[in-house]
Amino acid sequence: MPQPITSTNDFVVKFANVNGSGSASANQMFAKAILRMGVPVATRNIFPSNIQGLPTWFEVRVSESSHLGRRGGVDLMVAMNPQTWTADIASIDPGGYLFYDSTKPMPASKFRDDITIIGMPLTDICNRAYSDPRQRQLFKNIIYVGALSALLGIEPVEIQRLIGEQFKGKDKLIKPNLEAMHLGREYAQNHLTPIGLQLKRADAVGDRIFIDGNSASGLGAVYGGATVAAWYPITPSTSLAEAFGRYCRKYRHDAASGKGRYAIVQAEDELAAIGMVIGASWNGARAFTTTSGPGISLMQEFLGLAYFAEIPAVIFDVQRGGPSTGMPTRTQQSDIMSCAYASHGDTKHVLLLPGDPGECFEMGAQAFDLADRLQTPIFVMSDLDIGMNEWLCKPFAWDDKRRLDRGKVMSYEDLEAGKDFGRYLDVDGDGIPYRTYPGTHPARGSYFTRGTSKDRYAKYSEEGAVYADNMKRLLEKFDTAKSLVPEPVRRDAKQRTRLGVIYFGSTSAPMHEALETLDDQGIHLDAMRLRGFPFADAVMDFIADHEHVFVVEQNRDAQMRMLIVNEGGVDPAKLLPVLNFDGTPITARFIADEIARLLRARKIVTLREVAR
Amino acid sequence: MTFLPKPKMRHPDLPKNKLGNTHRDYEGAVSTLCAGCGHDSISAAIIQACFELDLEPHRIAKLSGIGCSSKTPTYFLGSSHGFNSVHGRMPSVLTGANLANRDLIYLGVSGDGDSASIGLGQFAHSIRRGVNMTYIVENNGVYGLTKGQFSATSDRGSKSKKGVENFDAPIDLVSMALQLGASFVARSFSGDKTQLVPIVKAALRHHGAAFIDVISPCVAFNNHLGSTKSFDYVREHNEAVNRLDVMIDRQPIAADYAPGTVELVTQHDGTTLHLRKLAAHYDPSDRIGALTYLQERQVAGEVVTGLLFVDPEARDLHDYLNTVDKPFNRFDDDELVPGAAVLDKLNASLR
Repeated sequence: MPQPITSTNDFVVKFANVNGSGSASANQMFAKAILRMGVPVATRNIFPSNIQGLPTWFEVRVSESSHLGRRGGVDLMVAMNPQTWTADIASIDPGGYLFYDSTKPMPASKFRDDITIIGMPLTDICNRAYSDPRQRQLFKNIIYVGALSALLGIEPVEIQRLIGEQFKGKDKLIKPNLEAMHLGREYAQNHLTPIGLQLKRADAVGDRIFIDGNSASGLGAVYGGATVAAWYPITPSTSLAEAFGRYCRKYRHDAASGKGRYAIVQAEDELAAIGMVIGASWNGARAFTTTSGPGISLMQEFLGLAYFAEIPAVIFDVQRGGPSTGMPTRTQQSDIMSCAYASHGDTKHVLLLPGDPGECFEMGAQAFDLADRLQTPIFVMSDLDIGMNEWLCKPFAWDDKRRLDRGKVMSYEDLEAGKDFGRYLDVDGDGIPYRTYPGTHPARGSYFTRGTSKDRYAKYSEEGAVYADNMKRLLEKFDTAKSLVPEPVRRDAKQRTRLGVIYFGSTSAPMHEALETLDDQGIHLDAMRLRGFPFADAVMDFIADHEHVFVVEQNRDAQMRMLIVNEGGVDPAKLLPVLNFDGTPITARFIADEIARLLRARKIVTLREVAR
Repeated sequence: MTFLPKPKMRHPDLPKNKLGNTHRDYEGAVSTLCAGCGHDSISAAIIQACFELDLEPHRIAKLSGIGCSSKTPTYFLGSSHGFNSVHGRMPSVLTGANLANRDLIYLGVSGDGDSASIGLGQFAHSIRRGVNMTYIVENNGVYGLTKGQFSATSDRGSKSKKGVENFDAPIDLVSMALQLGASFVARSFSGDKTQLVPIVKAALRHHGAAFIDVISPCVAFNNHLGSTKSFDYVREHNEAVNRLDVMIDRQPIAADYAPGTVELVTQHDGTTLHLRKLAAHYDPSDRIGALTYLQERQVAGEVVTGLLFVDPEARDLHDYLNTVDKPFNRFDDDELVPGAAVLDKLNASLR
């Protein structure tokens, strides 16, 4: 047997549960207790498209050095689901630990001899302590959290506090939950021994906050001044619309009248949802929809209208596994192409690429300024991993001096003063025309909005030259967008290198860990995190500066690489894809292994090897 | 169609409404539809209605989908903002626009292809949400722009210009609107301006989802013998249940009606509707009765017209959502952005 893994404040615990069994809140309590000890954690829910009875996993990454992406591998498996037993046991790293319910005896063949096995008769304990079957089920979860606290060195006071917070207002539930926690804890103290994975109070969390990306995006929409949300329920974006509603109920009600300064409409489908957004934005309100891949497919025609008629719109795309219904509860970054070039005809759209919930908030707010400024759809490309998991990120911040940018809108006074109004007239040389809100002036500034070709004064025209003039201006406008979208973030290796790596979105956290791992192996990479499309010139400069550039993404077809090749005229041979598309969040180990493998396979020598 | 531009000259003695506007101030560009198209009569009725109601043209937003009917907003209310959206999707765009600014008047113009086929879902859902709008379907039973295919409102047994019989059952948008909770439902005929203008006026003054189905014969593709949407057929089978006069500002009621023949309905905004009964027992406040009556007459091959249902106390989408009175597009930053202090408190709760 290999040496049991020993590690303090740096390991991976995975819970294998059955969904609908009440395990989620207990598992979250486990993670949050660690966080309250000042040790950073990242949690990932891997769940089925189902309400009750199917396998679900909850992975907790503990990392004092704040590696909060998925690492890969499992150090401690809490195996509570017989359906997935075999695969769960197989996934434990050699030297790792298995915690399981030993009420029913299991044959030796069901175990492994290279891991430490910790059995606890959970069902038996519950059956003796509780008579109600539902209680038996729910308290079982708290009991194992109590036991794990003893095994791993989690301070019980933190769990006690969390129980108090969770059941605030339902105070009669506090005592039985505390008792269950102690029941588990005492059993472990009396019958089991602490394991090699240990927690020690630290001061590594700082002022960071723990929140999911969908809540952060919903809050961003409130701060971005959104008043109209039209949406259709779809995993994994539903909780974004719900979060917007939650924050609006808190922050957007008129104290005197009790009435709301917002409207949320659950549309009949995604077509109606984007239609309402376009109608509201046309009329001068800030509006958004939230959806996922199938919704993006359904919105294509309307997105072309918004592009061509130049109407602001904000679309949060919380990406999931495609194509078709695909893997609705798994994560991917596979809508890049369908958003960047959404709709028929020649179109290009602005994409924002948040890397964590903190950026979901920032970009969620910024998207509305960009939509108004550029008068075009803006996509906030989140994904299930960011959207539905709680991440540790820097606290939300807002500058009270910041004003919402409503873009180029002609007022009554402008029109009254006789300013020339051409709805599609480029007066400033940036490709962005002026618009008016309906009803502004009795005699001036009205125009007909349409998806058909029109001249600079919005008059219908099928003349080739007029059409081409407009289409070219739209390209100029897109070029203006380059300087307005969030800039890429460059992070250079400690020493000069000919290798680069490009990544974005939820890949960011595991990428940063992988860069350290590779650095230790003598593989140095300059890294660039994309945050927006159209690509800033810095992206093409970065590619030009390096001989080989890896593009790490979470889809099969290397969609971001395709977009870079297409938009930047880059030699495809120079861009090496690193692709994870199995629906689980990409891991640091996968990235590091894959980059090292590609270097070997292509016989690309690193600088250190040259020096030797 | 005509290629003659409209002369800019105005006769000095043209009648003016309370705003000092003439009829011409409510017109649009010259129609490019076929000469004699029923849709042009509907445009004229809209112009007349807006003129008579003393509406400010720029406070009306006109929205449409795709098709011959959806082209018509170009031909009326030239000073209004217009939005020619995508096929069958006018209702969602109008819904969003209405949410953004509840102070404008929303006029949705659609056709039977636009609303009964590709946009049936959006038609239904905008009605059931109670969007405050006037939704007019210019119903000719045929796809005009693509040259003569049957639409979903074509009656079973109706014949196309080429003699092909339609075997599909028709969709009756009026019955659907009633069933879906529209608070104002009417049907009229483009060839009967005296009936249509007051109906459009009453709808524009209605608070809630007002739906008007206007049978509007297509002179190019659906005005032949064997069609149930031709001028001749509709004239022969038009069964008006009432005649409407719209009184604004509670004007004194003319007393020249025989007792029991006039019903008065006062709408939310004070508009009084005088309904002269033509069908003795027809009650426009009875939704279920209206549905039954329509079904019965439809089976008999009759086209029931008039104000079929009105709920003067209806609520609209804004009422349901409990939104503030101020239009959303006029909020300043302070009304929208909660600010830094709120975030600090929120951050503290997320640790």
